[in-house]
Amino acid sequence: MASMTVIEAVRSTLDEALGKDDRVFVLGEDVEAGGVFRATEGLAAKHPGRIIDSPLAESSIIGISIGAAHYGMRPVAEIQFADFIHAGFDQLCSEASRWCYRTRGDAYLPMVVRTPWGGGVHGGQHHSQSIEAYYAHMPGIKVVAPAFPADYRSLLRAAIEDPNPVLFLEHKRTYRLIRQEVEGAPAETVIGRARVTRKGPDLTIIAYGLMLHESLAAAETLSSEGIEPTVVDLLTLNPIDRETILETAKATGKVLIVHEDTLTGGLGGEIAAIIAEHAFEYLDAPIRRVAGPDIPPMPFHHAMEDFFMPNREKIAAAARELAAY
Amino acid sequence: MTTETTSPAGTSLGAEQLGKFLYEMMLIRHFEEKCGELYTKGKIRGFLHLYTGQEACAVGSMAALEERDKVVTHYRDHGHALARGLDPNRVMAELFGKATGVSGGRGGSMHLYDVSKGFLGGYAIVAAHLPLAVGLGMASNMKSEGYVTLCVFGDGSVGEGEFHEALNLSVLWNTPTIFFCENNLYGMGVPFHASLSTEIPKLAAAYNMPAVSVDGMDVIAVHEATNKAVDHARSGKGPYFIEAMTYRYRGHSMSDPELYRLKDEVEEHRQRDAIERLKTQMMEAGQLDEARYQEFAERVDQVVDESVEFAERSPQPGIETLYDHLYKEPSDG
Repeated sequence: MASMTVIEAVRSTLDEALGKDDRVFVLGEDVEAGGVFRATEGLAAKHPGRIIDSPLAESSIIGISIGAAHYGMRPVAEIQFADFIHAGFDQLCSEASRWCYRTRGDAYLPMVVRTPWGGGVHGGQHHSQSIEAYYAHMPGIKVVAPAFPADYRSLLRAAIEDPNPVLFLEHKRTYRLIRQEVEGAPAETVIGRARVTRKGPDLTIIAYGLMLHESLAAAETLSSEGIEPTVVDLLTLNPIDRETILETAKATGKVLIVHEDTLTGGLGGEIAAIIAEHAFEYLDAPIRRVAGPDIPPMPFHHAMEDFFMPNREKIAAAARELAAY
Repeated sequence: MTTETTSPAGTSLGAEQLGKFLYEMMLIRHFEEKCGELYTKGKIRGFLHLYTGQEACAVGSMAALEERDKVVTHYRDHGHALARGLDPNRVMAELFGKATGVSGGRGGSMHLYDVSKGFLGGYAIVAAHLPLAVGLGMASNMKSEGYVTLCVFGDGSVGEGEFHEALNLSVLWNTPTIFFCENNLYGMGVPFHASLSTEIPKLAAAYNMPAVSVDGMDVIAVHEATNKAVDHARSGKGPYFIEAMTYRYRGHSMSDPELYRLKDEVEEHRQRDAIERLKTQMMEAGQLDEARYQEFAERVDQVVDESVEFAERSPQPGIETLYDHLYKEPSDG
């Protein structure tokens, strides 16, 4: 058993994938020297010629990955900050998402785009964004957002082995914050399954990324007060695990959805709609959402940033109201 | 940057090859004219961009490729598909949206595709396929496969950031990519000199890429320039840029009222017509007679008529297939 941070989980999984499959290569800004968050540190020396620095050209980083994936390579692109990915929005959404569909499976794109997302790091407006809803909206791209190091390992492995384009979201606040005992090779797993991380009868909290950890912390507090929540780690945002969402919603009758992304048009709305459409009769209370406020950027000022970010206190407060409903 | 004018008299191409060029250009011309007719009859729907006038670009360039090479192109793609050897029946069926079409009716006119021919489309987001062409080149280098990629785009592409990113990266990473710009003088209705502050080949030269400008209405000149580009790319020297000066006879699309140009201008360019030019050259050189030309014309008629019949009698794709192939199953990968 080794204790591993999120960033170590990412790095070790990339290392293993590069070692196992010579079709895998990494493409991104500053990756040769290890990257901004050191995700690729040491990999260039170990895998010469396969950790490739790109100029600042996000659209091309993704477009080139499409071309390379098309003929047998397995590119793992890194977009330095999720905030920069929108320059490649067209390549992911208008091109990569539909190769398999358009060609009726004659062609497919085994490619991964990794990118650090999320706030709470005083990054201000262009280094803190939650971008998942734009991309999870697009059929044809899988979107993954793990919370724990072991899941980072198994899902990154699954993403690299997947024959479809996968957007792999790494919450930058958790890179060195979250540590876990991790054993052996990454577990075999399937993209598209959520996990019930904690079980309780009183309400269901659905979250992902950093907010999963905040939700688990809130659950501890709630438990000490006699409220026992179920906590669901979504893990995959597209295709979303409707089954687990509905099962856990039906079991408790009360649902709280948590995300850091702004409220309107965030993934919480979709999850709420799934429950409203398919589990309405099981609900004992209105579905609640704790989310970022509808403000374009996350403010830099620490108190305003704190106000923007959902956290364990806000989650616990909403959960108490819901439990009492 | 150099500007080349190739003398047709100086070509080493024989009668057979030139006859093939003539036939293919005639086929594309007739296919496109038929498409225009079918569009007005409501048989082909949506957006249709015809290639008439530009045939020499597709025919001359594709003939320089080998079977293993790849092609990516823009939305005015029927000519490229036919010149690359896609089955005219299946191309026409795709325009009809039929199940037998090259993309089973999912692509339509602007999104033709045939992996067995290394023909990867058919892109209607201008310049979005240029980075893809560089990626194909990277894969070719990494796997030492030796294929080159012909990347065809219009003069409208040069305003897009991806054009510049792709040229830069292609030179930096020495990819075997031939950037082939069909300069038909207009990005929809805007003359290219109103969109660009310099000349197109100068942009490539600025990225240290060899670049030539050729007469895109001269199939021999296009072919010879592309041959040179392919040799350059395949021998490991990196990308090569060709600007082919051409002209489309029809509007940007079927709905274009063409308010931005005079009929005289179109007429003037028709005097440069690539088919007439090659026909005359071959007749003067004793490589073609009226009987052979008629034979070509009849064959072209027959092939196009057959493609229409094939498309007409082909089944519609089943609505129940709508969700098929959204993802590749991991076990297939």
